[in-house]
Amino acid sequence: MIYIFDGSLEGLFSAVFEWFERKPGEVSLVTVKRYQPDVFTPALQIITQREKADRVWKGLAKKLDSTWMRRLYTAYLSEIDEVYHDIFRFAIYIFSHPAGAEKNYGNAQVLHIAQTSRKVEREKHRMEAFIRFQKTADEIFYCGIDPDYNVLPLLINHFKNRYADQMWLIYDLKRNYGIFYNLESVEEVEMGIDVSMLKKQEKQLLDERESLYAELWRNYFKSTNIVARKNTKLHTQHVPKRYWKYLTEKL
Amino acid sequence: MSDRLRDKLNILADAAKYDVSCSSSGSDRKNTNKGVGNGHQSGICHTYTEDGRCVSLLKILLTNHCIFDCAYCVSRRSNDIERAAFTVDEVVELTMNFYRRNYIEGLFLSSGIFKNADFTMERLVRVVKKLRLEENYNGYIHLKTIPGASDELMTEAGLYVDRMSINLEMPTEVGLKLLAPEKSHKDVVKPLNFVRNQIIQFNEEKKLIKSVPKFVPAGQSTQMVIGATAETDKEIMHTAAAFYQNFSLKRVYYSGYIPISNDSRMPILGTQPPLLRENRLYQTDWLMRFYGFKVNELLNDANPHLDTDIDPKLSWALRNLHHFPIDTNTADYQMILRIPGIGIGSAQKIVQARKFGKLYIHQLKKIGIAYNRAKHFITCADTPYQLNDFQAHQIKGFILAESQSKYLKTANNQLLLF
Ligand code: SF4
Repeated sequence: MIYIFDGSLEGLFSAVFEWFERKPGEVSLVTVKRYQPDVFTPALQIITQREKADRVWKGLAKKLDSTWMRRLYTAYLSEIDEVYHDIFRFAIYIFSHPAGAEKNYGNAQVLHIAQTSRKVEREKHRMEAFIRFQKTADEIFYCGIDPDYNVLPLLINHFKNRYADQMWLIYDLKRNYGIFYNLESVEEVEMGIDVSMLKKQEKQLLDERESLYAELWRNYFKSTNIVARKNTKLHTQHVPKRYWKYLTEKL
Repeated sequence: MSDRLRDKLNILADAAKYDVSCSSSGSDRKNTNKGVGNGHQSGICHTYTEDGRCVSLLKILLTNHCIFDCAYCVSRRSNDIERAAFTVDEVVELTMNFYRRNYIEGLFLSSGIFKNADFTMERLVRVVKKLRLEENYNGYIHLKTIPGASDELMTEAGLYVDRMSINLEMPTEVGLKLLAPEKSHKDVVKPLNFVRNQIIQFNEEKKLIKSVPKFVPAGQSTQMVIGATAETDKEIMHTAAAFYQNFSLKRVYYSGYIPISNDSRMPILGTQPPLLRENRLYQTDWLMRFYGFKVNELLNDANPHLDTDIDPKLSWALRNLHHFPIDTNTADYQMILRIPGIGIGSAQKIVQARKFGKLYIHQLKKIGIAYNRAKHFITCADTPYQLNDFQAHQIKGFILAESQSKYLKTANNQLLLF
């Protein structure tokens, strides 16, 4: 049996709810986008229902600690199809076993979700590190990113707590949405213009001192290096090349 | 004016870079009053230098003028170099503007000693206070304090900074006397001790009265230069262990000496810095702090030096084969931690997972242990029956043959551990 859902977290948990209603045995979960009809396997279109999803989420929260709840959420943000299926199977597994079953790292889903979650958390952490704001002429600190995983929702707290007295905008160029802090709260924004324009702000749109500080930072980066210790392998291991485009010091 | 600022930054960052600490961890300072900045419990490396070291803090000297003449230091009085000094406002401006752009986690400020200790320390405190009180800045501040500064200034600084450090420089008193006759370990012990006692006292008071401010919340650290003088690894790590214990230090840093002069007391210019040795010392440090090893188990009179070809955990295991093989399905967590090829994360997963049934080889591999290394030291549910009892040197041979490229060719540094 195949369950087809809309790709949302609510949809995924609605599918779990559905499974317990019908107990159809082995089911594989796919997104609408990925679904390919196959005459031999019956399929069911899952209707996303907030209340059902909430009940599943709350039910899980009763059996899992906050670390595991966060793991589910972050693994979901990986947007990897197999992981959706793993979360689905995992939820069923947790409800069908006595408390503590999530500690069984011998179970394939347990391990895979834990590992995926770590990858997402790592990218979140990297974004916290590698984001470089440019101050624009209208006093907004701006940065465009294109992360592998959908990590923007995970970045809100960190940046809101840290930069409480400046407006900032972090824009996911790949998924075409951003988070904007307006000195009061963080809102989700979508910009109708060509996103390639947003990669690096044009000079005339920037604060007049912006290039000075970027220049000073590049100087600092050079001066703090110790030539005698050069170790390029280690360097690229810590700062994988795909992130260099973010880094002011690498421009 | 911006040219002059750039020149100063180049000179004073260059002079500060030999302090290897760039940690921004251990502070839970909150962003109060909607200001800017906060601490991050585990720290953030915003970038890495080309030698692979974490760049977390803007690390600069207030000035590289110095009245002392320590042979191992670029800022020493007798060295013919360009000198510069920041104003208090310049340091504040750089810190704030770098911080707001998310370049850094904060400031690491130290200084050469001009005029005298208190005069210098007083300037440093002014920077720190201006950041906290006028700029409403709550990001990380690491202050390297000046030996000989007054208790009053030390206390005042402690109220605003997150971490304080003062460097031992040479691992032994003899080594220090050789290169910096004007200095002594006592100059370091006194402020470390003072700050430790202050931290304890503030924490005690805080238990009773909530409004008592934090005092050096991220604790103290120190640094030793390695390979400038002829200490053994045993001497270095026993000094480190004693300082960890006596002054509750958060970290001891080991900085491989990079030749900066032709002084005949030290390795000559162009000598490669001892990066592999530095890495082994960090591994030992790690084993002491997180793996429950006593310094004596790793370095003692019979083994005063760390092996260069294998890491200290494997060395220990090979010297102590009578503890092995360890059964991963029954052994204590503490013993599992001691198995080469198993790190803290895997050890924790093993003790949790085995509650659900005996663990097999394929599960251990999935959990993420370095099985090819660990297999010589463990048994699990389906360990093949082994006829021959290998000797230490044979096991070492097997492991080296497999991991040669990884463990011999690159001279890794502190961030690449096991
Ligand atoms: S006192 Fe400090 S700055 Fe001055 S020479 Fe000695 S180590 Fe260098």
